[in-house]
Amino acid sequence: MTLNLNVDPHTVVRDVWNALDGLTDPEIPVVTLREMGIIRDIERTADNAVVVVITPTYSGCPAMAQIHDDICSTVKALGLQVEVRTQLAPAWTTDWMTDAAKDKLKAYGIAPPNRQCGAPSEQTSVIYFMRKPLNTEPAVECPRCGSTHTIESSHFGSTACKALYKCLDCQEPFDYFKPY
Amino acid sequence: MAYLDYVLHLADSAIVLGQRNAEWCGHGPIIEEDIAMANNSLDLIGQARMLYQYAATLKNDGSTEDALAYFRDAQDFKNYTLLELPHHGALVGYAVDNRDYAVTIVRNFLYSAFMALVWEKLQASHDAHLAAIAAKSLKEVRYHLRHSHDWLVRFGDGTQESHARAQAALNHLMPYTQEFWTTSPFESSASKSGVGVDTAQLKADWEAMVRQTLQEATLAMPSTEGFVTTGKDGAHSEHLGFLLGEMQSLARAHPEGVW
Repeated sequence: MTLNLNVDPHTVVRDVWNALDGLTDPEIPVVTLREMGIIRDIERTADNAVVVVITPTYSGCPAMAQIHDDICSTVKALGLQVEVRTQLAPAWTTDWMTDAAKDKLKAYGIAPPNRQCGAPSEQTSVIYFMRKPLNTEPAVECPRCGSTHTIESSHFGSTACKALYKCLDCQEPFDYFKPY
Repeated sequence: MAYLDYVLHLADSAIVLGQRNAEWCGHGPIIEEDIAMANNSLDLIGQARMLYQYAATLKNDGSTEDALAYFRDAQDFKNYTLLELPHHGALVGYAVDNRDYAVTIVRNFLYSAFMALVWEKLQASHDAHLAAIAAKSLKEVRYHLRHSHDWLVRFGDGTQESHARAQAALNHLMPYTQEFWTTSPFESSASKSGVGVDTAQLKADWEAMVRQTLQEATLAMPSTEGFVTTGKDGAHSEHLGFLLGEMQSLARAHPEGVW
């Protein structure tokens, strides 16, 4: 569908947001890029051109190239020129994930982040982080049975953003999206 | 730009350890750790890319991240010597041995503890782009620190064999950490201008973290004395050339190749 561009600029930006809402994370196909907090801004720079600002999740995330291409082809299909700009600051955090996204992750079998990380200035220093016992972290809930009787079986899971957990009640192994 | 070398030093360190740790891909001691090292490398190579891209803009002569990573030679690399060493103990000359995961974990721990402090401080760099890279990298390195800390405690406080290997790896690698605290001219000028970090100020915190973890792991703090390496100045061990040879061969066989 090509957009009618003879409308006010806000309408164009809104229509681009709507179109991009159809794009999901290539590695977690149940959540959209917007819900993940990857698309930060859309700016109309000319009558027929927009800039889409994205931020990488992890610096080496291999999905970023795919995300870039998906955004370009989606916006071009609207009849617009597009530039995808990468913005590093503020650094992406799972705090930006919407509640809807967390519910979808859970229904998909991935335990969502179980706490807010806060702004960098609110975070514990490296020295303190190393001193505090790790069991002070809140328990991770099994996405299948809801039990908090779970243990970490591996620091890293199927992607950089997840760890591997196991439920000690229903025995389900599951991915946990790490608070980040 | 005055601090181009400083950015290259950070980039080279990230890519060299990223390349080293990626050697475990498909060869990990257990599948979980195979995945862990692949993810660790992915983070480091991602950091290196952000830094090389930035260095290319500072150079402003048409250089690209690929040119900086693949078309510079060993003497141009400014990484810490610690990061280019193979995953085994000291041997004579070019001799090789089986990879030892204790060496991998000890190195990751010593370096992650150091870089967590470096990135934490660099968040306040006067260079906004470097500060942004630092804020991203800090999140990643904290997790690498947690991972290597947990395994070091498991090895040290594990079996006789794992304890002995962890201690041997520590004894072997610890002297290389001296290079963290020497100041090269590019570091000195970067820290004076508020862009870089004076690492000497981080030493007490680093030692405190290392001592605490070694105590938890029932391992002894080895001597750090010995030859002070000079990888930052481009004078490397015999191992870097082989590492780069493997890493750069494809790009050099097909310059400017894309797919």
